[in-house]
Amino acid sequence: MKFAIALFAPSHAPSSRRALRFAQAALDGGHQIARLFFYQDGVHSASGNIASPQDELDLSGEWRTFVQQHKLDAVVCIAAALRRGVLNAEEAQRYNKPAANLEAPWELSGLGQLHEAAQMADRLVCFGGH
Amino acid sequence: MSKSMLIISRQAPWAGPSAREALDIALAGGAFDLPLGLLFLDDGVFQLAAGQQPGALQQKDLSANLQALPLFGVEELFVSSRSLAERGLDEAALALPAERLDDTALTLLLDRFDLVVTI
Repeated sequence: MKFAIALFAPSHAPSSRRALRFAQAALDGGHQIARLFFYQDGVHSASGNIASPQDELDLSGEWRTFVQQHKLDAVVCIAAALRRGVLNAEEAQRYNKPAANLEAPWELSGLGQLHEAAQMADRLVCFGGH
Repeated sequence: MSKSMLIISRQAPWAGPSAREALDIALAGGAFDLPLGLLFLDDGVFQLAAGQQPGALQQKDLSANLQALPLFGVEELFVSSRSLAERGLDEAALALPAERLDDTALTLLLDRFDLVVTI
């Protein structure tokens, strides 16, 4: 089965961990992930500037490794990200901000990517909605 | 055929960006001509209250964006009559022509859509 996975919660929220474990289990079970789409506070789960204490789970780091290992299509909503200070180098320069905290494998794009993923997947599974 | 999506908007317009971000999913889908429905549930029904003055909270007015929904082809608008009643809005005029649904009708509504996104 082909899954589209949407995440609406930051990396310190339990639903971010659940989304990652679901995604891992999906691939382990022989399924595919059409796209990961991070929206609302979920954009924080893609931040490269989260420094977890050594004895705590580094979920944003785990997400990055997972996406890289499986070469997943991983999209962060650009409007939600800009509003929350999650910027790649290009956007940091465009808006004259002092730092970038988003890099590959994450891609900044629009909500059309969520709809496209929902249309091409067999299932859309959302985590961290209200 | 495209899959239909029901977006359930559950947050008040003054409670952070959620109301706007739920609406943005609807507007983006409408731009792609996707079959969409938008349901206002729980505190989300406050988005439909008429005569709001968001400027007093230094907030942008969401109602102009809500009015744009039909222009984007999003015409299936629903509101929970129970959520309205719980908040004293059952007699109020609503800012949008949303269909009022009781709990039984809500269950049927959820069944009718292929995809459900709750924000």
